[in-house]
Amino acid sequence: MAGLEPLLLEAGADILSGASKANSALLHTGFDAPENSIELSCMQAGYREYLEIRDKLNLPLVESSALVVAWDEEQLAKLPAIVDKAHRNGVPDVTQIGRNELRKREPFLSARALGAVLVPGEHIIDPWSAPLAYVLQGIAHGGRILRRCRVTGGHFDNRRWRLETSLGEIEAGVVINAAGNHGDVVEAINRESPFTITPRKGQFVVFDKPAAKLIHAIILPVPTERTKGVVVCRTAFGNLLVGPTAEDQQDRDNAEVDQATLTKLIDKGIEMVPGLSRHTVNAVYAGLRPATQFKDYQISVQTQRRWITAGGIRSTGLTGALGIAQLVARHFAAAFGGLQEQEPVWTPVPNLAEDRPRHYLTPAAGEIICHCEWVTRKEVDAALDGPLPAGDLGGLKRRTRCMMGRCQGFYCGAQVATLAEGKFAP
Amino acid sequence: MTRWSDVLILGGGPAGLSCARELRKLGVRSVTVLDREAELGGIPRHCGHTGYGLREFGKLYTGPDYAKRIADDAAEADLRPHTTVLKIEPGGLIRATGANGMEDLQAKAVVLALGARETPRSARLISGTRPFGVMNTGALQQFVYLHGRCPFERPVVIGSELVAFSTLLTLRHAGIKPLAMIEERPRITAHHPGDWIARLGFGVPIMTGTRLVRILGNDRVEAVEIDRGFGPERLDCDGVVLTGRFRPESALIAASHIELDPGTSGPAIDGYFRCSDHSYFAAGNILRGIETAGQCWREGKAAAHMALARLEGRLPQRQADARVAIQGPLAYVYPQRIYRDAPTTNPLLFKARVQREVRGRLSVIVDGAVVWSKRISALPERRIDWKLPYRDMKNCHQVTVELDAA
Repeated sequence: MAGLEPLLLEAGADILSGASKANSALLHTGFDAPENSIELSCMQAGYREYLEIRDKLNLPLVESSALVVAWDEEQLAKLPAIVDKAHRNGVPDVTQIGRNELRKREPFLSARALGAVLVPGEHIIDPWSAPLAYVLQGIAHGGRILRRCRVTGGHFDNRRWRLETSLGEIEAGVVINAAGNHGDVVEAINRESPFTITPRKGQFVVFDKPAAKLIHAIILPVPTERTKGVVVCRTAFGNLLVGPTAEDQQDRDNAEVDQATLTKLIDKGIEMVPGLSRHTVNAVYAGLRPATQFKDYQISVQTQRRWITAGGIRSTGLTGALGIAQLVARHFAAAFGGLQEQEPVWTPVPNLAEDRPRHYLTPAAGEIICHCEWVTRKEVDAALDGPLPAGDLGGLKRRTRCMMGRCQGFYCGAQVATLAEGKFAP
Repeated sequence: MTRWSDVLILGGGPAGLSCARELRKLGVRSVTVLDREAELGGIPRHCGHTGYGLREFGKLYTGPDYAKRIADDAAEADLRPHTTVLKIEPGGLIRATGANGMEDLQAKAVVLALGARETPRSARLISGTRPFGVMNTGALQQFVYLHGRCPFERPVVIGSELVAFSTLLTLRHAGIKPLAMIEERPRITAHHPGDWIARLGFGVPIMTGTRLVRILGNDRVEAVEIDRGFGPERLDCDGVVLTGRFRPESALIAASHIELDPGTSGPAIDGYFRCSDHSYFAAGNILRGIETAGQCWREGKAAAHMALARLEGRLPQRQADARVAIQGPLAYVYPQRIYRDAPTTNPLLFKARVQREVRGRLSVIVDGAVVWSKRISALPERRIDWKLPYRDMKNCHQVTVELDAA
């Protein structure tokens, strides 16, 4: 939005507190996305831009590849169609591999696996540092952000929008609705929403770091109509993730974890990777994805109403984000003009990924306060400072990884609370 | 450059510090203790109430005073707080980072005294939302005793192991009366002094046979759902203290070459407290979850004699003579490996726990012959221990510990 004065309104206490806080943290090639969809083109544009800018923003890339694994004959028969679709989607390096090749690549995968589709370009990224870097760059270019600012209504006088928010009235020349799980509610301020969001809950289990050595690639199931199914993969932070589930619910803000479901998820993980039975669970979480009645993203511009809609961004949104931004910017320029080319200011973020040098390994690291994730006091202090300090404890955890390890704050919880006292931005 | 010590001890809690003290008393010159916290002393540092030291020092201490006492007693060793171990490698080589940055340290004998911690909410797979205000006793004690604050006013306490009563004392120190103590089992788990603390009770209702079903609340805990056997009930509260279910802090070991016992979740040891890599010994709560500070202190002292035996070349280097097999509803038995040679005049010490509440006969069978047997009545959280003279292990090839539940 270079050349404009963009203002980002976030209902939560910090960025990434809604749909974006819980996903499987993958950078997708789009090999299995709906053909000719907006989702596919956004993912592929986003994928390319991520690779272009990640060094400048200090963002990780764990080059893992993915394997769509067939566990029975019926699934095995579906693999060639997955390869064909990948090729039609412009991902030419996707191939089918046999049982022996699969065993060689993933020796700890259950011997029941019959074969797989290899997708070399699927990778693992940090789901929180990337969006943080994007918003910091926006701020560096003159953008502003208001947190704890919930949009509750609005009025258009054929020239400008006056939005009612929990922080008072805010005037805007153009509104871009990227309200995630509340996308249809915010859309209703402008028009009868063409889409309805039914939040789809995904529960995840994160195993402790020693489990990460059991798997190299992202292990995907052969997808069904409804969901990509349960994935087993490493995380950029060096853990092993199993999830998500796919459960429709009405509540747009609260995602509960459920013991019986988590137990099933763990059993499912052990079924695929038997060695997991000897590893312990670090964290469990649940996220809500803004599913609509449509398969595709809902991105459009209403020129007369000076409103752009970016809704129904499902779990592929982390990959798609930069592509969605490109598309929205194109819509904006075509409808309203006023965008200028600017030399980008790069706003690198601290590295939290395990495969690249973390702060605790540097000579001036100083005191480590989170012993499970090896987070230094300087990292925590830095996350509570700067142009976009953490807005709440969740934001601080996502920015530093403190309290995110196997003890979940047994050792550092009290010290982190003391350091953060009075520091969370209003 | 690698820094050498005679003995390197990882962890400055009761086991590590008593080991350091004993080694210095035995005349071992260079003994180094690494601890990641700012102060040595381990978990007692933040247990602000009394109850420590009676058996080992003949006098009652509060946790912090006890921590200070055991650190002072070990002062002749090279004590290094603020030092985090990053990697455990074969042959007693340790990579650590601390005040001097990254460092490699090595010793002929390394003692793993890494301690234990409670199982957090996540690993218990408790249902519900994930608001602030759910924590273990360890975190609560640090809030109250180290940072002078209490994160809630009306919490519920889950569990009734001894540490749950430590939670009651901690909350009382903060001027807070919890709403209830909730225990799944039909009776409280802890025996002395938990049962009389419970009876004194500070007026805290103790609900046995009650299950925590679900945690509710958005940003902060608003309530819990419990089940006393007739369906879910809501109990309004603003915090949940999850006590007990201690696990060895064994992630560094799991990432290393050293063998872990799936039963204890700690390193498998032989009768000399020695791990699968003979450069490494283990003592204290890293062996099995939780026991009292006093038990850990005694184990640290015993391990010191074994580490000295290694320095003096008195421990056998061959493969163990027998692996200990388990039969019946036992959760674990350690040592997991046995040698028939006695390095000291002390007998061989066994420790075990059961999987469930059980009565029955516990026996040790060496090469088909029962050498020891005893009737027991046990709960999963309670230690069972016994000693056998080394002569019972003479020529042993097969050792089985059997619990015949009656």
